Amino acid sequence: MAQMTMIQAITDAMRNELKNNEDVLVFGEDVGQNGGVFRATEGLQKEFGEERVFDTPLAESGIGGLAIGLGLTGFRPVMEVQFFGFVFEVFDSVAGQMNRLRYRTGGKQHAPITVRSPFGGGVKTPEMHADSLEGLMAQTPGLKVVIPSTPYDAKGLLISAIRDNDPVVYLEHMKLYRSFRGEVPEEEYTIPLGKADIKREGKDLTIVTYGAMVHASLKAAEELEKDGIDVEVIDLMTISPLDIDTIITSVEKTNRAIVVQEAQKQAGIAANVVAEITERAILSLEAPVLRVTAPDTIYPFAAVEDDWLPDHTEIVEKAKTVVNF
Amino acid sequence: MSTKTLEQVEDQFETFQILNEEGEVVNEAAMPELSDEELQELMRRMVYTRIWDQRAISLNRQGRLGFYAPVAGQEASMLGSHFALDKEDWILPGYRDIPQIVFHGLPLHQAFLWSRGHFAGGVIPDGLNIMVPQIIIGAQIIQTAGVALGLKRKGKENIAITYTGDGGASQGDFYEGMNFAGAYNAPAVFVVQNNRFAISVPVEKQSAAKTIAQKAVAAGIEGIQVDGMDVLAVYAVTKQARERALAGDGPTLIETMTYRYGPHTMAGDDPTRYRSSDLDDEWTKKDPLVRFRKFLENKGLWSEEKENEIVDQAKDDIKEAMKKADGTPKQKVTDLIGFMFEDLPVNLREQMEEYTAKESK
Repeated sequence: MAQMTMIQAITDAMRNELKNNEDVLVFGEDVGQNGGVFRATEGLQKEFGEERVFDTPLAESGIGGLAIGLGLTGFRPVMEVQFFGFVFEVFDSVAGQMNRLRYRTGGKQHAPITVRSPFGGGVKTPEMHADSLEGLMAQTPGLKVVIPSTPYDAKGLLISAIRDNDPVVYLEHMKLYRSFRGEVPEEEYTIPLGKADIKREGKDLTIVTYGAMVHASLKAAEELEKDGIDVEVIDLMTISPLDIDTIITSVEKTNRAIVVQEAQKQAGIAANVVAEITERAILSLEAPVLRVTAPDTIYPFAAVEDDWLPDHTEIVEKAKTVVNF
Repeated sequence: MSTKTLEQVEDQFETFQILNEEGEVVNEAAMPELSDEELQELMRRMVYTRIWDQRAISLNRQGRLGFYAPVAGQEASMLGSHFALDKEDWILPGYRDIPQIVFHGLPLHQAFLWSRGHFAGGVIPDGLNIMVPQIIIGAQIIQTAGVALGLKRKGKENIAITYTGDGGASQGDFYEGMNFAGAYNAPAVFVVQNNRFAISVPVEKQSAAKTIAQKAVAAGIEGIQVDGMDVLAVYAVTKQARERALAGDGPTLIETMTYRYGPHTMAGDDPTRYRSSDLDDEWTKKDPLVRFRKFLENKGLWSEEKENEIVDQAKDDIKEAMKKADGTPKQKVTDLIGFMFEDLPVNLREQMEEYTAKESK
C-alpha cells in the first residue's frame, strides 16, 4: 500500500496499463514531455517513449478522430481532453462516432477508447474549465461514464476503463486531484464499471451522489448523525449505466432518498436517478426524492463560485426536509 | 498577403491531365504503366458503376432502395483513385463513395442493405479494411489521420485514403485531419471530389480560394488538382501520392475536378433548381467514359460487344444482389441491443429481456 493523491493514482493506473499492454497509447495536448497540465502523465513519456505517450496538435476534434483511427488499427487509445468544457469541439467524435462504431458495423469494429478529462469546480478556474457536462455523456447510448471520488477508486476504475473494449468517458474532478491522500495498492487491481460503492452505511436516508459531492455528502452525514439521522451514502462511481440494484436496495432499506450533484438542476443525472427510484421503489418511499444541485445558470464567474456550488449545508437542509416530510 | 503572392500560390495548382476530352494523350510523360488488361479492367469498372448508378436510381424510385447518392460522372475520380490502392489499404468513404468500397471487397448486396438501412450492410467482411460510409461530413478526414498513424506505428506498408466533396473542404475536421496527418507524417491520402456543388451551393460560395488543392498549403503537405474526368490522371496522381506516403514523404491532398450528372441524393433534390443546362451540357462533353472509351478503341482494346457484356453482367449482378438483400432477415430490436457493447450494461440487459419477450409473442 502507498499513500497517493487521486492524480498519483491516475498516473499509476496509466503506467500500469502502458506496461501491461503495448497497444495502449496515451496522447493529448501537453501530455508528453510536459507530463500534462496537472502532471497526470508525469514521467510516462520518459518511461515508455514518444511512440507510446505523445503530444498532439491543439485540436480536440482531431484528437478524437486520431483515437478512433488508432483504435481501428489495433491500438487502445487513452486520449486526454485538457478540460471537459472543451468537449464541444470533439462532441462528434465522442458522441457521434466512437460510441456507435460497434453498432453501425453489427459488432465488426469497436472503439476501445478511454477519454480522460478534468472537470469540476472549487478551484477558481477561468471559463469553460469546471463545467459539469457528464449529463450530456450519460444521455449518449454507447458510452460508459465514470467519475471517481477517491484515489483507490480512481486507479481501479481507470484500469477497468482502459481494458474495456467500448468507449469510456473518465472524468476527473479537479478539486479532488490533490485535496487528500488515500491508501492505494501498488499492484494492479480493477473495479467493475457500472458498480456503485456504499461509502457510508446508514438506515434513515439514502444519499445518491458522485464526484466531489461524495465528500460534501459524507460531511453532511456526520452533521446529520449529531441530530440522530443515520445516512447511507452511495457513490455511484459509474454514472452511466447506473447501478440500479445498489440504489434500490438502499432505498428499500431507508425509505428516503436525496440525490446530490454539482451540475445544474436541469443537467447532470440526478433526474434520472429520481426517475429510476420512482419507477422501482415508490411503495418504499416515505417522502419524495429531492435533489441538491447547482442553480440553472451558466457555470459561475470564479469569484462567486463558492456561493453557487452546492455544499454540505444544502445537503443537510434537504436531508432534514425529506426526513421531516 | 499581396495579390501577387496569392497568384503565385494559385499558379502552383494547375489541373493535371493525361487524356483530353477526345481521348488523346496530352501528357505522354505522365502516362502510368498499366497493362492492356488493367486498362480494360478500369473501363469495365467504370461502365459497371454507370449501370449500377442508373439501376440504383430506378430501384430507389421503386422504393426498393433507400438512401442513395448518385455517382454518374464521378467514375474516373472514384475508380481511378481506388485502382491505385493495395488490397490492404484502408478506405474511409463518405456517403457517396460506395463504388470504392464495393470494388475493395464489400459485397454489392451489403451496399444495398446499407442503402435500405439494415445493419447487415455494415457488417464488414473479415480482413476488409474499410469503414462504413460516413454521414458526418469531415469526420472521415480526422479518422483517416488516426488510421494512417496506426498503420505507420504498426509498421504496415499500407496507406489510409479518404474522400470528401467540395463542400466538405469547408469543415473544421477537414483541416484538422490534414494537419494532424502532416504533423505526424502519416501515410494518408485525402481526396476531395470537387463536383462543383454541395447540394445547391456552388463551390464559389464555399471559399474564396481558387482551388481546393491549395488548402494543402495550410497543413504543409503536398496538394494537387487533377482532371477528375480523366481516369488515367486520377490513377497516376493517387499512385504517386501512395508511394510518397509509404516512402515517408507525407500525406497528399488530391482535388479531382468532376461532376455529378444526377441529383445530390434521391431524397427529393432537384438540380434544375440550381444548375443550368448549359453547365450540364459542358460537363456531359467531359464524360469520363466517353473519353476513355475513345482512348481504348484507338488502341484496339475496346468494342461495343465488350461493353454490352459488361452492361449485362452488371444488370445480372444487381438483380442477384437485390435478391440477396431481399432475403436478409428483418432486423429486431434485440439485434440492435446486442451490438451496443461487448458486455451489455444493466439497462440494456433489462431491455433485452423486455424485447425478447415482445419478439417471441
